[in-house]
Amino acid sequence: MIDVENLTKKFNEVTAVEGITFHINEGEVFGFLGPNGAGKTTTVRMLCCLISKTTGEARIADYEVGNTADSLKIRKMIGLVPDNVGLYNQLSVYENLDFYGKLYECTEKSRKENIEHFLKMLGLWEKKDVAAGTLSKGMKQKLAIARALIHEPKVLFMDEPTANLDPEASKTVRDFILDLKKENRTIFLNTHNLDEAQRICDRIGILKTRLLTIGTPEQLKESLRGVRTEIQLAQVNDAIVSAVKKLTSHKVEVSDNKLIIDVGNTDEDNPAIIEAIVSAGGRIQLVTELSPTLEDVYLKMVKEIK
Amino acid sequence: MRISKAWIIAAKDLRIFRRNKTVLRLVILFPLIVSIGLPMVIHFAGPNHGGIALSRLPTLLNAFSFFFIIGAAYLPTFIASYSLVGEKVEKSLEPLLATPITDSELLLGKSIASFLPSIVALYIGAAIFMLLNDLFTHQTLGYYYFPNWTMGIILLLVAPLAAILSVEMSVIISSRTTDVRAAQLLGGLIAPPFVAIYVVSEIGSITLNTNNLFIIAAVILLVDVILFFISTKTFQREEILTKWT
Repeated sequence: MIDVENLTKKFNEVTAVEGITFHINEGEVFGFLGPNGAGKTTTVRMLCCLISKTTGEARIADYEVGNTADSLKIRKMIGLVPDNVGLYNQLSVYENLDFYGKLYECTEKSRKENIEHFLKMLGLWEKKDVAAGTLSKGMKQKLAIARALIHEPKVLFMDEPTANLDPEASKTVRDFILDLKKENRTIFLNTHNLDEAQRICDRIGILKTRLLTIGTPEQLKESLRGVRTEIQLAQVNDAIVSAVKKLTSHKVEVSDNKLIIDVGNTDEDNPAIIEAIVSAGGRIQLVTELSPTLEDVYLKMVKEIK
Repeated sequence: MRISKAWIIAAKDLRIFRRNKTVLRLVILFPLIVSIGLPMVIHFAGPNHGGIALSRLPTLLNAFSFFFIIGAAYLPTFIASYSLVGEKVEKSLEPLLATPITDSELLLGKSIASFLPSIVALYIGAAIFMLLNDLFTHQTLGYYYFPNWTMGIILLLVAPLAAILSVEMSVIISSRTTDVRAAQLLGGLIAPPFVAIYVVSEIGSITLNTNNLFIIAAVILLVDVILFFISTKTFQREEILTKWT
C-alpha cells in the first residue's frame, strides 16, 4: 500500500529525513518510533503531499508522492490526524465534520451517515451541536480522528494521536485504532509511546533521521535476545563480582543479590560465568535470560546513533 | 481550479466570521459611520446652514464618496487577517491542506470570504450614503446628485480593486505574522496612501472626476497584479506549513 525508497528531505542545510526505505502492507498498522526531531512528522507530511521530498521515491497505492497530478488523488484516499488537532473552535462538532466531508466531495447522504457513524463510535454524538472549542482535550482528539475518517480513507496517518491524553482517553483511541485495523485500513502511526506501539502495531520502524531498524515488535526484541543474563544468588560478594568481571569485558550490574550481566554469546559465556561464580563460592539460585523490551531496543538504537 | 471548493472554504470562513462579534462590528461600523456621518456633515455644514458654498458642494460630495474606496482598502484586512492568521493560531492549516484542495482554491476561498462581506457592507453603506445626501441636497442643488458616474466608478471599479489589494496585502502580511491583531494593524498600513489621495483632493490639488478615478483604478490594478504574483508565491502549502506555523 505504501512504498518508500531512499526518501530524503532537506530544509536548506538541515537534513530532516535521510534515505529511508520501507514498505507497508494494506491493512497493516505501522508504527514510527523516534525521539523528538527524528523526522517522523516530516515523513508523514511528505507522504501526505504536504511538503515536497528532496530525493527518493514514495508511492501510496498506485500514486506517486511528489507528482502534482497524483497529489490530489493521494490526498483524497488518505486521512490525517496531525499532532495538533487543528479544529475550528467556533464551529460545532457537526459543522467541523460537515466542512471536511464537503472538501472530500462526500455526498450529503454519506456525510450525514458517516458523521453519525463516527461520532456515535467515538462517543461524541451527544455533543454534535456543541462548539468544538468547548470540548475536552480527549474529545477534541476523538473529533480530529473522526474528521480524518469522514471520507472513509484507505490509509490513515496519525501523528502522536494519544499524546497529552489521559489513560482512559488514550485507551479509547487505541481501541479505536484496533477497530479500524479490523476494517482493513492501513494505519501509519507516529508515536514515542513504546507501550502503545507494542500493543497495536504490526510492525515498527525506529527513526532518527535515518531508519535505524524495522520489524515486528517480536523481531525487534529478538534482535537483543541473549544479550543480558540475570543470575540470582544466595548472596553476592566482591569476590564473586570480580570473578565475573575477569571473564567479561561487558557491563556487570549488581542489584540486591542479583547479577545482571551483558553477554555476547549466551551458549559460550553463560557456562563460564556460572563456573566462575561457583568457584568463587557463590550459590546460584536462578539463571534467567532477560527478555528485552521494546524500550531496550529503542534506547539501544537511539543511543548507538548518538 | 474548482470554484466549488473555494466556495466551501469561503462559506466556512463566513460562518465563523458571523460568529465573531468583534470583526462583525468593525465591518459594519465603518460603512455605517461614513454612510450616516458624512451626509450629516453635508446637512449641518452645508449651504442651507450658511456653511459650505453651493459651488463646492459637488466637489465635496465626490470627495466624501472616496471614503468608500478607503473603506474597501481597509475593511478586508480585518477579515483576511482573522481568516488567515486565525487558521495559523488554531493550527488548522495542516488538516485543511491535507484535503484534496489546491493552493489556489484555498487562496481564492479565503479571498472570497474577506472580499464579499466588506463589499456588501460598503454597498449597503453607499446606498444609505447616496439616499441621505440626495435627501439633504436635492432642494439646494435642484437635482438628485446620486447616483452618478463618479459613484458608479468608485463602487463598481475602484472599490473592488482596492478590496482585492487589501486581501492580497493581508495574505503577504499573514505569512510573516502569528498574531491576528498585529496582522490587522499591519494591514491597516494600506489605508494611508488612499487617505493621502483624499486629502490632496480636499485641498484641491486633484479633482476626483471620472478621468482621475480611472487613472487611480489603473494604478491599483497594476499593484493588484504585482501583489497577486507575490501572494500566490507566498501562499504555497510547503511555505505555509514550514514557515507560517
